[in-house]
Amino acid sequence: MILKILFGAYMLLVIAAAFLYAPPALGLGEISRIIYFHVPLAWVGVLAYLVSMVNSIRYLKRPLAEYDFRAAINAEIGLVFTLLATVTGAIFARGTWGVYWNWDPRQTSIFVLLLIYGAYLVLRSSLEDGEKRARLAAVYSIVAFISVPFLVFIIPRLYVTLHPDPIINQSGQLQMNARMMQVFLASLLGFTGIYWWIYSLQVRLYKVVERLEGQK
Amino acid sequence: MGKSCSLWVSRLAALLKKDLLEEFRTRYAINALLMFAVTALVMVSFAVGVNTLSATLHAALLWIILFFASMSGLGRSFVKEEEKNTAPALRLAAPAEVVYVGKLVFNFLIMLVLAALILLLYLFLLNPPLGSPALLVLVIFLGVAGLSGATTILAAIVARAANQGTLLPVLSFPVLLPLLITAINATRVAIEGGGVGDVSQGLLFLVAYGVIIITASLLLFDFVWSD
Repeated sequence: MILKILFGAYMLLVIAAAFLYAPPALGLGEISRIIYFHVPLAWVGVLAYLVSMVNSIRYLKRPLAEYDFRAAINAEIGLVFTLLATVTGAIFARGTWGVYWNWDPRQTSIFVLLLIYGAYLVLRSSLEDGEKRARLAAVYSIVAFISVPFLVFIIPRLYVTLHPDPIINQSGQLQMNARMMQVFLASLLGFTGIYWWIYSLQVRLYKVVERLEGQK
Repeated sequence: MGKSCSLWVSRLAALLKKDLLEEFRTRYAINALLMFAVTALVMVSFAVGVNTLSATLHAALLWIILFFASMSGLGRSFVKEEEKNTAPALRLAAPAEVVYVGKLVFNFLIMLVLAALILLLYLFLLNPPLGSPALLVLVIFLGVAGLSGATTILAAIVARAANQGTLLPVLSFPVLLPLLITAINATRVAIEGGGVGDVSQGLLFLVAYGVIIITASLLLFDFVWSD
């Protein structure tokens, strides 16, 4: 309980710091503050997909219903985070490039991530509950994951990006000043914490339901 | 080793022969796909009218037709086994990898015939400039190989689910997107008259994509196919 209150206070602090403590990035202005929310959201979106895929592989190796549940719940959480990352990205794009959507390579790749999540959940909903659904969904999750590195590799070769990480992150070195860096890392940690909290709550709920059904 | 290998090949040949014979007798896939391709092409042709299209648009239209033609045709390969309840017999008769490779080769042959017909009709109706025909054929050949490679395992997944008609394009699109983007780009270069050197990376990518997706499918197919 005390941990949760502390975590809530921490997140409030991070949000306040993003607006008050960190200076705006050079050349991007006040709208650059969205980086403290957009990047962590996108990171969690990808992380959840990775966790979902790893649990799919674990399921195929050892068919426990719990692994399937973990894969499915991560897809659901990841979809929400990815959607939020897409929306915050579009707001930033409107502020700096003048349009919400222009099929920038980054927008294309996050859109494909959304499509994969969507397709995965549609596949699950069109199968009946049980072992077959778990297996088919796991296979799809792995097959879809194969296309992701291809996309990351080829799209930037074909189209030029306007995404600001080449501006802020020149030649692989993070060009943020100390204050920006502090808030950025704190926010990354905070959002990963939120993800972990939602995820572990769902797993606990699942285990309680399983146990109650076992007693009947 | 040699004996089991020849058994593998003879099973594969038997499966392929069965599918081809069935297709030859009913002509279901090829007839339906041909009508689909003609309808789509005529629609595009009417919409374009007398305007001349850029190479990018030609490449995009050609691949949109190929993509949807493969979606409506290749889905059948496993659905028909489930519908006629011949799938359990097939499970008994051959190991999973043989079934996968057999269906893959069959789908690839169907798509190759179809792609050739679509390309000829496209040239006939829309009259795109043809810079380097040999490169165009090569790109379509590699693209169709990757397309059938990825679609075969997804079709096997879809055959075991409800609402089969709409599910295959939904599942395939994110998986096929890297392939489609590369193929469209390489097709554009071929129409504009570029050489193999201009798209060597794209061609390499198409080969790599096909090899990886087929390898992964071979590893994973057993989980989809077995009961």
